[in-house]
Amino acid sequence: MAAGTQVRTNEPPPPRPLAGRGRPGRGFELWAWLFMRISGLLLLFLAVGHVLIMHVAGRGVDRVNFAFIQLRWASPFWKTWDWLMLVLALLHGVNGLRMITLDYVRPSSVRVAVNSFFAVLGAALMVLGTIIVVTFDPASWPRP
Amino acid sequence: MSTEGDRKGRFGPLYKGSEGQYSWLLHRVTGLAIILFLFAHVVDTAVVGWGPEAYNRVASVYHNPFVRLLELGLVAAVLYHSFNGVRIMLIDFFPGLTRHFRALGIATTVLFVVAMIPVTIIMGSGIIDLLRGG
Repeated sequence: MAAGTQVRTNEPPPPRPLAGRGRPGRGFELWAWLFMRISGLLLLFLAVGHVLIMHVAGRGVDRVNFAFIQLRWASPFWKTWDWLMLVLALLHGVNGLRMITLDYVRPSSVRVAVNSFFAVLGAALMVLGTIIVVTFDPASWPRP
Repeated sequence: MSTEGDRKGRFGPLYKGSEGQYSWLLHRVTGLAIILFLFAHVVDTAVVGWGPEAYNRVASVYHNPFVRLLELGLVAAVLYHSFNGVRIMLIDFFPGLTRHFRALGIATTVLFVVAMIPVTIIMGSGIIDLLRGG
């Protein structure tokens, strides 16, 4: 697979990229491969932005309480941001776990069981998160 | 003890300790840490639907220096996974860049370390404040 990494500039590049997984030929695996890259690009903004805003800037989680979420989720912009991030991150993460079990969980029956567990967990959390984001009405709770 | 040829024969030439091996491993470890945290984080955020009393009790978990140290690790994991993900995509979609494989790896590491300096200072001072009972 991987040859040495020392390549002179006048030589053609190695036939197979050395980073990431090779692009699968077609079918579900190709779409999964493509999804990881598209969702990864979107999460680069959504997740990095989220982490910098919520966990680093302005005293980080020190200021995060119910009143903070009440103010934040009064805006459809942040609700959309958080919902999109929820869906993309869960799909990206559960598929990533599937890539890891492919390498480390060898018996296929156990692997299918482990992957199914994470898929069901991911789906349940996606439903839970969606219900909360959609139904949360800041105005229905008393102002602090 | 095994010889060089022995190791190559058994495991292929991939695990010779080049930089690509470590970025591959770090991508996995950080991704795994993030998704496991995310499973819990969706639940703790969902508690907001049960009102201020319930949510503020959950949020108070973060007022702990050890949890905040884990949080710093989480931010580091997200930043590394993101930067390294960009590197993987660049090489996937522009195969000619494999020529600069090493340089891209070094650039990713430098970018991550540089980004972590202000993040560590900002989050670290918050942790120190907590330790002082602030």
